[in-house]
Amino acid sequence: MSEEITITIDDGEIKTHHGEKILWAALENDIYIPHLCAIKKETRPNASCRLCFVEIEGHERPVTSCTREVEEGMVVKTRSPRLDRLVKTGFELLLSDHNLNCRECPANRNCALQVIAKKRGFKLKRDRIKPIEREFELDDSPAEFAFDRSRCVLCGQCIWADRVEAEVGAIGFSNRGLKRVVTTFNDLPLADSICTECKLCVDVCPVGALYYKKDQKA
Amino acid sequence: MLQLKEGEKEEILACVKEVLGENSKTHENLIPVLQQVQKKLGYLPVLAMEKIAEGLDVPAADVFGLATFYNQFRLNPPGKHEVKVCLGTACYMTGGDITLESFERRMEIKESETSPDRHYSLERVACVGCCSLAPVVVVDDQVEGKVTPTRVDGIMLELEADRDGPAGEESGPKEGGNSEQD
Repeated sequence: MSEEITITIDDGEIKTHHGEKILWAALENDIYIPHLCAIKKETRPNASCRLCFVEIEGHERPVTSCTREVEEGMVVKTRSPRLDRLVKTGFELLLSDHNLNCRECPANRNCALQVIAKKRGFKLKRDRIKPIEREFELDDSPAEFAFDRSRCVLCGQCIWADRVEAEVGAIGFSNRGLKRVVTTFNDLPLADSICTECKLCVDVCPVGALYYKKDQKA
Repeated sequence: MLQLKEGEKEEILACVKEVLGENSKTHENLIPVLQQVQKKLGYLPVLAMEKIAEGLDVPAADVFGLATFYNQFRLNPPGKHEVKVCLGTACYMTGGDITLESFERRMEIKESETSPDRHYSLERVACVGCCSLAPVVVVDDQVEGKVTPTRVDGIMLELEADRDGPAGEESGPKEGGNSEQD
């Protein structure tokens, strides 16, 4: 399994091992690729955030780097006008229903969306895609943390933490399309569900959706 | 969430037990089990979803996620009168959403819900197959064409007239009275 492989990413050669996904090989060699939903230990990634696209020489279309395993001699590009445009659109779609009141967000300056925007030169604004306004009820039932769905990017990190790390199974996705949310069984407040309040989900949330009450602003 | 009526709890438990007994208890059987339970009960009560999750050893949140993902599953019992508002292309363009809103306001429930007295349930469907009559509403399997908000009032009158016995008649005006005071 640990057979060494050399691939080229953005004109630089890196060493990685057999079975590794392009995304993690790049990140471990300090090459940034935007990503939200990727989980290193997951063998079948969701590839739902649509941000980690790369181009591979010999492949006509961009591929999601979180699902693609490295191959010896692979030549990968993380930037090109086409890729940047694709990622930008994905990013704008994520922002289209995101609560952009960063000033009051507990994750301000510690937010994966802000990192992606900075690294790729995107604006945290909605000018091209029509915003979707939705009302969510804040779930502040747990003792130490709260869940604000208006900031959720549906990356699924919290669900992975809940299922695989904590082995609880209190939260999951429900509904579909624009109504999709992370929720408990029968939409119960977290404190009334089987949630053990282990807070592993809060630690993995890349944005300010699940946050510690002590970090709350305003 | 609607209150269960007397005896319903037992009926649900018996039904889930029966269906689980007929299927091997694997994750893959979740959809068939949900389908069979819904076929017997007419909907998927919360209690049934809990018991199915237990029986198949999947997180209840996943059962809920699946039941809310697919349009074929309903979480509320069918009302005595089922109203289906078509929001297919033709109906949508001719104001089907306005018709749906009129029903929601008159029934005081949202789409896919059932009134607390279970007299009505309201659903949206995608094309009934008679687009020339748009906007179309199906009331208890009877197709109504060109349904304007005024026609909604007419349909509601007919459905209100079908409340049975003095108990039903009493509860009707009483609820109305309360909302006026609010």
